[in-house]
Amino acid sequence: MLFDVRLPIGLLFLAIGLLVAATGLTGDKAALDAHSAGVNIDLIWGAIMAGFGALMLGLAVLAKRKGEEPPL
Amino acid sequence: MHLGAVDWGVIGLYLVFVLGIGIVAARRAKSGTDFFLAGRAIPAWVCGLAFISANLGAQEVIGMGASGAKYGIVTAHFYWIGAIPAMVFIGVFMMPFYYGSKARSAPEYLRMRFDEKTRALNAVAFALMTIMSSGISMYALAKLIQTLHVFDAPFAHLGLPQAWIFHAAILVSAVVVLVYIYLGGLRGAIYNEVLQFFLIVAGFAPLVWLGLRQVGGWEGLQATLGPSYTHAWAGMAHATNNRLGVDWFGLSMGLGFVLSFGYWCTDFLVVQRAMAANSMSAARRTPLIAAGVKLFIPFIVILPGLIAIALTSAPDRPGAAASPPAAVGAIAHHEPGVIPIKVDSATGQPMLDARGRPQLDYDLATPNLLLRYFPTGMLGVGLTALLASFMSGMAGNVTAFNTVFTYDIYQAYIRTDGSDRHYLQVGRLTTLFGVLASVGAAYFCSQFNNIMDVMQLVLAFVNAPVFATFLLGMFWKRTTGHGAFVGLATGIGMAALHHGLTLPTDNLPGIKGGWIAVTHSYPSEMAQNFWTAIWAWSACFLTTIVVSLATKPKPEAELAGLVYSLTPKIARETGAWWMNPVLLGVIMLTATVVLNIIFR
Repeated sequence: MLFDVRLPIGLLFLAIGLLVAATGLTGDKAALDAHSAGVNIDLIWGAIMAGFGALMLGLAVLAKRKGEEPPL
Repeated sequence: MHLGAVDWGVIGLYLVFVLGIGIVAARRAKSGTDFFLAGRAIPAWVCGLAFISANLGAQEVIGMGASGAKYGIVTAHFYWIGAIPAMVFIGVFMMPFYYGSKARSAPEYLRMRFDEKTRALNAVAFALMTIMSSGISMYALAKLIQTLHVFDAPFAHLGLPQAWIFHAAILVSAVVVLVYIYLGGLRGAIYNEVLQFFLIVAGFAPLVWLGLRQVGGWEGLQATLGPSYTHAWAGMAHATNNRLGVDWFGLSMGLGFVLSFGYWCTDFLVVQRAMAANSMSAARRTPLIAAGVKLFIPFIVILPGLIAIALTSAPDRPGAAASPPAAVGAIAHHEPGVIPIKVDSATGQPMLDARGRPQLDYDLATPNLLLRYFPTGMLGVGLTALLASFMSGMAGNVTAFNTVFTYDIYQAYIRTDGSDRHYLQVGRLTTLFGVLASVGAAYFCSQFNNIMDVMQLVLAFVNAPVFATFLLGMFWKRTTGHGAFVGLATGIGMAALHHGLTLPTDNLPGIKGGWIAVTHSYPSEMAQNFWTAIWAWSACFLTTIVVSLATKPKPEAELAGLVYSLTPKIARETGAWWMNPVLLGVIMLTATVVLNIIFR
């Protein structure tokens, strides 16, 4: 089996992103904001990381479907 | 600052994935070529990101933040002058000889081009250097983790002494790196470096974003810190007019030419990543793709330092100069400052500089900013980024070490007739030995305060002259093995001599220089470093030429593929424009010039 490095990157970023974004959603909002200059950085950056992870996964899956030689 | 369950979760996920990549890569590490060269099968973009990541070690992340806080945006010269031109040069001009010669390591190229003794000198010096630098960075990371106090509570909870945090940090990071390289070899290291690269960006980019919001953006930084912090070229006409204490000639010659080309074009730690590429074209593009990323690294590693100093009232900051000398308690209105005052661990008293002002502990600029702005959740991401940067840097050293040791020391002098399988096993054992030796070096650093300075010095002595050897070897067919060897040895000797005869101001003769006699004094340590490099390189260059002219060169037939004038020119790349190394190189250099103009 060939290996596409975008797969683990996508999975890890998706997992971390969702975890951190969930913390931003459920945590004590006032305390979180006070910590980070009035921004809910957990929610925002968690979402960005999850989005990046999904993109990487998507690219890896797409490459596999097309039967392209994975980058290895 | 306490770590929450989420933070542990993030760190745990990272460790699982890093080890998992090692296990997957292990299935393809069946031969020496697989283990040491990743089968020469990695695509250019993966090699390029690994090339960057192996350099983005914890020491660089912390050190560049510290330097940003101390010197300002002028630190970006380490990237724009001190890296990009050299990366373009190796991609366009040197890679054809590294990749095309089929040498398995940089020292092996020296044997093919020159002779056995030149290879031996380079291989032994390089092997020692990699162990030392991975030990130094392991020590620095463990020390940092201890200083941040993030693991104090869990350790107290488990009833473990606080001193064990240092040991645990060393143990965990060493074991993880050992496992994924032992199993997956260079391929395991390269895949992880790509993953680590993205994690480093994910950890530090939001820090810069939040920090800039707080200080009012780049304009806010300019207003708070003044021009000497936010202009990269202000005052460069004379060494005494800028914060680095160097002039444009010392900067461009010492940093931009000798140190930069010496590192980026000859250090096997980086060259190895390009040698793993799946084609000559990909190998040439590796450093160029890396350069495209490198251009923007200053924004995530140096800016945190500037933001931290803007949130701290520093005694030697231009804006603070008008106020009376700051005493320990007088941290102005930014209380508490992000960058703490350096405390003498022996006496518990603040450390003062030559003028009696308290010194700041700049190394804590980036880590403290991280603790200040990241709530639980992002804190885990930030710590993971630190961990990732440390591991990528260490893995770079370990993979370079196991290759050079196995091929250039073991196979060359200990057992010359082993099977490929035998050398693969030796490579794995060498990995284990390399990691253990790094741990030893880390503890050595923790025992003797000055040993770290000594190690850094040795690195500088060895690295500075070697570019002259490669340059002459690749581009002047008349260069001989005797010339290269004598030149290299003379260069290292000249570095030591120059260091022994000069001293930066405000220092006592000893580890900082002047241990023979003080014949010249430099305005800063950096100026002394740059000039040490210039002298060492020039000595190596000239000696190599003189000795070469007096000795017999190799027959030209033996030098095909190793020297520029005796190698058939590579046909012009036929693919898309972004496959053309020369065009990519021009784009990178143009972008560098543009960035320098913006931040002039």
